[in-house]
Amino acid sequence: MANLTLVQAINLALVQEMERDDRIIILGEDVGLNGGVFRVTEGLYETFGGDRVVDSPLAESGIIGTSVGLAMAGLRPVPEIQFEGFLGPAYDQLCTHAARIRTRTRGALTCPLTVRVPVGGGIHAPELHSDSPETIYSHNAGIKVVMPSTPYDAKGLLTSALRDPDPVIFFEPKRIYRAFREEVPEDEYTVPIGKARVVREGSEMTMVSWGASMVQCMNAIEASERDIELIDLRTINPLDYDTIMTSVRKTRRCVIVHEAPLTCGVGAEIAARVMEQCFLYLEAPVQRVTGFDTIMPYYKLELDYLPDAERVGKAIEELAAY
Amino acid sequence: MPVESVFNTTIQRVSILDEHANFDASLGEGLIPDDDLVAMYRHIRMCRQFDAIAFKLQRSGRMGTYPENRGQECPSLGAAYALTDKDWLVPCYRENAGLFWRGLPPEMILLHWMGDERGNAIDPNLRITPIAIPIGTQMLHATGLAWASKYRGDGGIACTFFGDGATSEGDFHEAMNFSANLDLPVVFMCQNNSWAISVPTKIQCSAPTLAQRGLAYGMHCVQCDGNDLFAVVKVVQDAAKRARTENRPTFIEAVTYRLGDHTTADDARRYRDEAEVELWKGRDPMIRLKRYMIGKGIWDDARDNAINEQVEHEVAQITARAEQIEPPDRSDFFNHMYAELPDNLRTQRDTMRTSSIGQDPLQIDVPLAQQA
Repeated sequence: MANLTLVQAINLALVQEMERDDRIIILGEDVGLNGGVFRVTEGLYETFGGDRVVDSPLAESGIIGTSVGLAMAGLRPVPEIQFEGFLGPAYDQLCTHAARIRTRTRGALTCPLTVRVPVGGGIHAPELHSDSPETIYSHNAGIKVVMPSTPYDAKGLLTSALRDPDPVIFFEPKRIYRAFREEVPEDEYTVPIGKARVVREGSEMTMVSWGASMVQCMNAIEASERDIELIDLRTINPLDYDTIMTSVRKTRRCVIVHEAPLTCGVGAEIAARVMEQCFLYLEAPVQRVTGFDTIMPYYKLELDYLPDAERVGKAIEELAAY
Repeated sequence: MPVESVFNTTIQRVSILDEHANFDASLGEGLIPDDDLVAMYRHIRMCRQFDAIAFKLQRSGRMGTYPENRGQECPSLGAAYALTDKDWLVPCYRENAGLFWRGLPPEMILLHWMGDERGNAIDPNLRITPIAIPIGTQMLHATGLAWASKYRGDGGIACTFFGDGATSEGDFHEAMNFSANLDLPVVFMCQNNSWAISVPTKIQCSAPTLAQRGLAYGMHCVQCDGNDLFAVVKVVQDAAKRARTENRPTFIEAVTYRLGDHTTADDARRYRDEAEVELWKGRDPMIRLKRYMIGKGIWDDARDNAINEQVEHEVAQITARAEQIEPPDRSDFFNHMYAELPDNLRTQRDTMRTSSIGQDPLQIDVPLAQQA
């Protein structure tokens, strides 16, 4: 076991999988000698060389588009997009091609790539360095969307992503890259894609969240007197509805917390499913605590935008009192 | 000297067999053996018949929109001929001649335009990517495929096909930039057919040639007569050698012409002069090839007439194979979403004709039971 941050856990997963599988190639801006702007790929260039850790031209569509070709040829490219705000130029290659290669060719060609992307707000970064676009890529069929909230899950989920036969976007919540450490096995292990985790059992309500918001949820729960069941989704697509429904049928109340805007957010989909599948169990409407339907503000106001323990705490009381 | 010239170059144009049957023996002698030439001429004849039948299928409601290939067969055919089976062909949607030459069963192209996804299940050993509908995105895939070949050292390269309009797309420039700067064995085959639907080439590029777009990327670039099979074979052979021995990409501008409409949904008479079309009909690659072969004594009118019936029969069989395929299963579109179908998609598939999406049967049953 090693006491690792989320960044270190991701780095370790990359090292172990690259040792295991020479089809894995890392490409992106500054991923080579510089080790990535967040140092996630630190040391990989020295260990695996310039053929496997490649500083690419500064072009997001090019990074993903060439990765599609590499993947169709049977390699396992791991492109890094430096910040989620710059996924936009790569959207076409991700959703028009990566997501569709398997269906378009009926499985004759596949696209096993893992796009690593730092995500979310809270680090006082410039514009377009703080967004949460997980909904967009989950709404688009054909791409798996993963977002860990702990070092243990980050290593296990990334290992699964790198072995997955289909395209995966691996969102890394940058706010908690180095926020805390956790005991992480040094041996390889996997955490399955598509399985949520019950972080904390409870009887009064179910709280569902993912990524950096998990910290805010935990803080709110600790400040509350209520007995709350907390679920970390870990994978946004495909979503583990069974774990949520089992919990809501027990607690009869549900609140969803995410950084992304309210409208058409993943919370909306979960609320609809809870309504469809748990209608007769519910004691209260499903509640959501989310970012607002505005542009993510510059960093002086970013903490007013992001759900925090205080807003989550209010939601807990509102939901309990309904 | 405060101002000096730091870079000078010229763009070369390769022409071996022109529309007046002039043949440059210094470049063309021995380039294509006679038997191969006859086979490729016959192949173009088959592709023309395929085009004609596909057009009729669309007009009679038996097939959806179809883009005629007529007139621009040489760039893809010459490339497929000059390359090896381990090289990737990364087409857009007007490369029937090259894809069929490589071995793609022609009925798969019909199936594609008949809205049947089975037309895209191309044997991976053929190293052909499916028809690319969005403009200009596939060049990046070719760049990645070539990159994989280089990484593995398997000796393969990638050749990608696109039109003059695609050179306006950002992904085209990113693909050129990646391949040049990362030393990747790619052949960029730009089929300049004068028109992107109704928009002429001058709206895509105001430089004298498209070929010179390669210069900005430090890439070898060349123009060729795209209706001259010999010229195409020559420039692709050179480009393939450069890719294989130096890992350097090449940009080829093959100047050709789209004799038909953009697709069956288009009417080119709305935007281009008939005189221009007539001019290019005089430069038809098939006619000049026939004239050359007759002049060389390896072909004659009797044999030419004899293949009419052959290609008609061949294309009739192709059409029959496409039309006689059994209907797809109604839930087929779930089958290749992921290697393994996730639970929520499995539910959608299994209940697609029996209940509204996602409704828990228990939730439906209880109110019904209460009513009863």
